[in-house]
Amino acid sequence: MDTESTYSGYSYYSGRSRGSHRHGERSRDRHKTRSKDSRSEKSVTINTPPAEPLLGDSAVRGEQVQDDNWGETTTAVTGTSEHSLSQEDIVRITKDLEDSVGLDCRRYFTLALAVILGLLVFLTPLAFLVLPHLLWPEKLQSCGTACEGLFISVAFKLLILLLAVWALFFRPPRAGLPRVFVFRALLAVLVLLFVVSYWLFYGVRILDSQDENYQGIVQYAVSLVDALLFIHYLAIVLLELRQLQPCFSVCVTRSTDGEIRHYNLGQLSIQRAALAILEHYYCDFPVSNPALLSASKSRAAKHLAGLKVYNVDGEFPEAPAEGPGNNAAAGLVHSQSRAMIAAAARRRDTSHNELYYEEAEHERRVRKRKARLVVAVEEAFTHIKRMQEEEQKKAPGDVMDPREAAQAIFPSMARALQKYLRTTKQQHCHSMESIQQHLAFCITNNMTPKAFLESYLTPGPTLQYSRDHWRARQWTLISEASVTSGLKDGSIFLLKCVDFSLVVTTKKIPYIQMSEEYIDPKSHKFVLRLQSETSV
Amino acid sequence: MSFVPGQPLTAVVQRIQIQKLRQGENLILGFSIGGGIDQDPGQNPFSDDKTDKGIYVTRITPGGPADAAGLRMGDKLMQVNGWDMTMVTHDQARKRLTKKNEDVVRLLVTRKSLEEAVKQSMGSFPRQ
Repeated sequence: MDTESTYSGYSYYSGRSRGSHRHGERSRDRHKTRSKDSRSEKSVTINTPPAEPLLGDSAVRGEQVQDDNWGETTTAVTGTSEHSLSQEDIVRITKDLEDSVGLDCRRYFTLALAVILGLLVFLTPLAFLVLPHLLWPEKLQSCGTACEGLFISVAFKLLILLLAVWALFFRPPRAGLPRVFVFRALLAVLVLLFVVSYWLFYGVRILDSQDENYQGIVQYAVSLVDALLFIHYLAIVLLELRQLQPCFSVCVTRSTDGEIRHYNLGQLSIQRAALAILEHYYCDFPVSNPALLSASKSRAAKHLAGLKVYNVDGEFPEAPAEGPGNNAAAGLVHSQSRAMIAAAARRRDTSHNELYYEEAEHERRVRKRKARLVVAVEEAFTHIKRMQEEEQKKAPGDVMDPREAAQAIFPSMARALQKYLRTTKQQHCHSMESIQQHLAFCITNNMTPKAFLESYLTPGPTLQYSRDHWRARQWTLISEASVTSGLKDGSIFLLKCVDFSLVVTTKKIPYIQMSEEYIDPKSHKFVLRLQSETSV
Repeated sequence: MSFVPGQPLTAVVQRIQIQKLRQGENLILGFSIGGGIDQDPGQNPFSDDKTDKGIYVTRITPGGPADAAGLRMGDKLMQVNGWDMTMVTHDQARKRLTKKNEDVVRLLVTRKSLEEAVKQSMGSFPRQ
């Protein structure tokens, strides 16, 4: 059962993301888990953003939300339909997503379910306590001191539960994941079953029989709140603590330039692991610069264009294996490629020579430009001086704030900086506005010219650059195993964005068997190595 | 000259008889010894097998009695006056060589060149 599950980041702002940290997410997904095991279906819906109906319209989406069997009836959207968009479309979409208020029905649906479940949970104990007073007040025994003490305990436990739920679940969502978060769904089901069973018992044994022992009822309500606190403890352990202990070492490789990083992850599902990896990606990996790959591409093109193969035996050289049953043509193509490989091996190729000299030349050029840049920046920084407090009061003429100071000294270094950026192919990463902003920032914080230059000399992590540079905030998770299944030793999945993809492989951290050995401190004894020579 | 512990040792030996020379109070032989079972065999420059803890001649006084008798540097002492020298401590070896009531010591020494000489002489008579 290795189908692909793809996800596009349009659902970043969909209901899943908002509700993923609320109760409602769990109860909505309870619908899914109740209807059929949708994980075995491996079909995913793509949520389109409200402003841009690219892959469907809102009417279709609306009916998906109410349909209980949507897991079976939706079709899978394959990768080709996503990648038919152009870059401008994607940029436009993300801008619209940021601007839109969020009219997504799904998100409101999950939010509503979350609120309902929360209210149910919090009001149930109070209802247990209040209903006897409303329904049979005359038969009810009066509440003694022990019973009133229990009131205080119920109140405080509910307060603690409220704070704990707020701390654990009411956090801004980090991402929208393709599949349901399994643990949250299970916890929602558990909470609901629990509350429903308590209500059943209460309805049958207390409401129907109109029990007079009010203290018993209060104790029953206290036991409910205690059990809810324990469920919350279970939630903490399942959602937060279980994945803290590192279990797997994942190796993340970027497909374009081969940057490799290794991370330690705990026991997570594949989609949560992918999320953790992406968050690390934005902080650790240097920014992806497609301009640096053009040299190898041109070399590859030259290799391909080097040889042409002609078949002089009279058979038709075209029709390169179009029909799958065309064995003769396939054999022809094989022989052609083999001939090409053999010829390429025999040919005296001087491309390695060119590469060597080209790289040496490039290195020299970069160093020369860097030297000029460093000198220019140092000279520019000497032109401004921070004014002291006393001087400020005395001479209020021609005083500049940091932005104006930056604009004043920027022209003297602009040319050198631009040439350097062009040589290292970074010119599209930094706009003039951003450079001036950075310069003003460095001036304000008393940084040296070297500190100012560091961010231009080495490519930093993707987060450092301006927003439109990390366009790829929508990622596709491609995995053979189900994305809600856990990480295993040797699992491989891909995280694809528009320009490149990240290949992730997993290895299990081995089980370590440690034994102890005791060394008595008195056992450290030494002898001299004797070598005497005696004359006789 | 390597040995297997517990097995009898065979070696080609040379008999050397040294007359002790009287120098004032002492009787001297004119060479120095090194080695012994209580010493470190790894630092012996003359032995082939670095686990050999036998007694070796480390220095010969030129012109002394040992030199005149034919003792060479690097020789391994196998017996001194009938006493075994292959498994003795350094001090025991010294005592056997410097007994005040003996003027003459008869040594059995072995060296590598002896083995090779015997092998050569045996090899020059091929067996029929």
